[in-house]
Amino acid sequence: MKPVSAWGRLSNDLHDVHVLTDRSHVATVLAAHQPGLAFGNGRSYGDVCLNPHGNLWHTTGLNKFMAFDDATGRLVCEAGVLLRDIQRLFVPRGWMLPVTPGTQLITVGGAIANDVHGKNHHAVGSFGDHVLGVSLARTTGEVLSLDWTQTPALMGATLGGLGLTGVIVTAELQLRRVGSPWLRTETLPYQGLAEFFELADASEHDWEHTVSWIDCLAGQTARGIFMRANPMSAPQAAAMPSLKAVLAAHQQKTHSQPLRMPFVPPLSLVNGLSLKPFNMAYYELQKLKSGFDVAHYEPFSYPLDNLQDWNRMYGPRGFYQYQSVVPREGGQLAVQAMLDAIAASGEGSFLAVLKTFGNREAKGMLSFPEPGVTLALDFPNRGQRTLQLMDRLDAIVREAKGRLYMAKDARMPRDLFEAGYPRLSEFLAHRDAGISSAMSRRLMGV
Amino acid sequence: MQHMVIIGATSAMAEHCARLWVQAAPVRLTLVGRDEARTRRVADDLRVRSPQSDVQVMTSDFADATAIQRTVSHIVAQAAVDVVLIAHGVLSDQGTCQDDLLACDAALQINGVSPVLFAEAFAKPMVAANHGTIAIIGSVAGDRGRKTNYVYGAAKGLVSRYAQGMQHRLAHTGVKVVLVKPGPTDTPMTSDLKAKGQKMASVEQVAKDIVKGIASGKPVFYTPGIWQIIMLVVMHLPRFVFNKLNI
Repeated sequence: MKPVSAWGRLSNDLHDVHVLTDRSHVATVLAAHQPGLAFGNGRSYGDVCLNPHGNLWHTTGLNKFMAFDDATGRLVCEAGVLLRDIQRLFVPRGWMLPVTPGTQLITVGGAIANDVHGKNHHAVGSFGDHVLGVSLARTTGEVLSLDWTQTPALMGATLGGLGLTGVIVTAELQLRRVGSPWLRTETLPYQGLAEFFELADASEHDWEHTVSWIDCLAGQTARGIFMRANPMSAPQAAAMPSLKAVLAAHQQKTHSQPLRMPFVPPLSLVNGLSLKPFNMAYYELQKLKSGFDVAHYEPFSYPLDNLQDWNRMYGPRGFYQYQSVVPREGGQLAVQAMLDAIAASGEGSFLAVLKTFGNREAKGMLSFPEPGVTLALDFPNRGQRTLQLMDRLDAIVREAKGRLYMAKDARMPRDLFEAGYPRLSEFLAHRDAGISSAMSRRLMGV
Repeated sequence: MQHMVIIGATSAMAEHCARLWVQAAPVRLTLVGRDEARTRRVADDLRVRSPQSDVQVMTSDFADATAIQRTVSHIVAQAAVDVVLIAHGVLSDQGTCQDDLLACDAALQINGVSPVLFAEAFAKPMVAANHGTIAIIGSVAGDRGRKTNYVYGAAKGLVSRYAQGMQHRLAHTGVKVVLVKPGPTDTPMTSDLKAKGQKMASVEQVAKDIVKGIASGKPVFYTPGIWQIIMLVVMHLPRFVFNKLNI
C-alpha cells in the first residue's frame, strides 16, 4: 500500500499499486487485482484518478511506441506514453499532436479518458477527434480493438469515459503536419467581458490558438490578456534567422534540469496577500508584451511544465480547480456572475483562464467540451469557505445549463453532474464492472 | 554507424540506454533477449524513435554456455562491435532462495554466471579487434552481503570481481571494461519495492549516467552517484554495528 495524491493534493490515501509494464499482460493484472482503476501520470486534479484503499493500475510503464507512418502521420503507441515524448520526437520530423492541454506531462491514455482539449478547440476539436482507435483491456480478461466504424458505441463511451470502460492499453493517433516548432503570436489586453467576446469572435476564423487570462479579482471591470497564435510554416520560420539561436537556447534549457518547487510550504503561497499584487503585476507585465511576437510551442502551450511540482505552492491542504463550460447564449452573464461571486467571496483564484469552445459536439458520451465559453479557476483549499464559494458557482453553472470538467473536479454534487451530462445513462451501459474510482462512487453510486 | 549490442534488451535500464543512443545518432543495434515478442516490442519502439537506425533482434538461452557462445559468435560475425551492454538480471526473492535450492541456483545463474559468460564470449573477438567497450551492469548489492538479498548480492559480487579481473587483463589493450553499480532504480524489476513506497532513482536518470559512463570508459561507477558514498559507509561499518542493522 502506498499513499497516492492527485494533482490537487486534496487527499493522500493509501492505494494498492500495481505497475503495468507489459502490454500483453494487462488483462491478467486486471483480472487478478480488481476492482481497480488505471492511473497515468497523476495530472488530473481531483478524484477521477483515485481509488482509495483499493487497487490502482499504474500505466506509465506502458511507454513504448509501436509504429509510425511518415506518409500519413498515424502513430500507434502504448497508453502510458507521455504527450511530451510524442511532441519532442515528432515535431523535429514535421509532425505534431493536433490537440494538447496546458501540460504535456500527461499520458495518452489519460488524454483519451478525459478527452482533453486545448487552445485550438474551435479549429480542430478535442483530443478524441484525432484518436483513430484504441485497444481496451476489460477486467473480464478480454482485450478489445475499438474504432469508430466497428464499435462506435464503446469507442464513444471510452473517449472521455474516465477510465471506467476498461484500461486503454494502446492507441492509434492521427498527428498533423507542422512546418516548424514556432508560433506567430499576438497579445492583446482587454477590459471587460464584452471586449473578450468581441476578440474571441474576431479571432476564431483566422487564429488557430486562442486563450485569455483574466484577473478575476477585478469584478465588474474584469480585465485580462487575450492571446492568439498561429503555427509558422517552415519558410516563414526560415525567413527569421534569429529563431535558430532562440531554439538552441530553448533546447539547452529544456534538456537541463527544470526548476522544481522544492518543498510544500506550511501554508498556501496563494493567499489574500499574494493574489492581488500577483494578478496586477501579471496583467501589467503581459500588457507590456502587447503586439506581435514569435514563440516556441513549448513555453506558449505549457507555461508551467518547466516548474516541477508547482502544485505544492498551494500548501499542505492542496487546491481545487473549478472549470465550467456554459453555452454561449447567456454565457457572458454567467461568467460575469461567477467573477462577481469570486470577488465578493474574497476567495481569490490565481489568474483564471477564459476561452471559447468552437461550435462542435464532442464525440465522447461524457466529453467535457461543448459549444460555449469555459472558465477555469484555481482555489487554495480553505475548507468550508472554499466549498461554499464553489456551491455558489455551481448554482450559476446549473442555471446557465452548463457543466463541470471531471478531470478537474473533486466535489461537484450528483445532480449537477447528471444535469450537465445528458448522455450519462447511455454511457453507464458500457461500464466495466471491475472498475471503480472515488469519482464514480461519488457521482454514479458505484 | 556504431554497432551497439544489448544483452537483456528488455531490461528497463538497457531499453532507456538504447533510447538515448538512437536519439543521439542513428546506430546499428543488436538486441538480445530471452523472450522474442518482448524483445521485438523494444525494437519496434526504437525503430519509431529512429527510423535511420538498423535494429536487429535475437533470442538466446541465457543459462546455457553453448547457446551464449553461439549467439555471440553470430553477432560478431555480422559486424564489429563497438559497445556491448550486458544488462540482464532478475531481482530474486531472498526468502524463496533460502527455501528452495532450485530458485537459489537459478538466481545465481541468471544474475552472476550468465553475464560473466557473455562478457567472456565477447572479450575474445573484441581483443582480437583491439577495439570496443564491454559494459556490465552490477549492483550496489554486490558490495556487501546483507541478510535481505545476499543471494542476488553474491551473484552481483561475482560480476564485480570478474569485471575487476578482466579490467586487469585488458588494461593494455584497446578494449575497455566498464562496471556499472546502480542503486535501487524504478524499473519493472523493482515494482514491488516501489509499491511498498521505497524511494528510487528514475530509470531515465540512471540510463543517462550509464550512457555517459560508457562513452567515457570509466572502469567503475555508481548511479546515482550518491551510492558511492552510501556504499563506502556500508562497506566500512564494523561487523558489530552492521549486524544490528535491519537492511
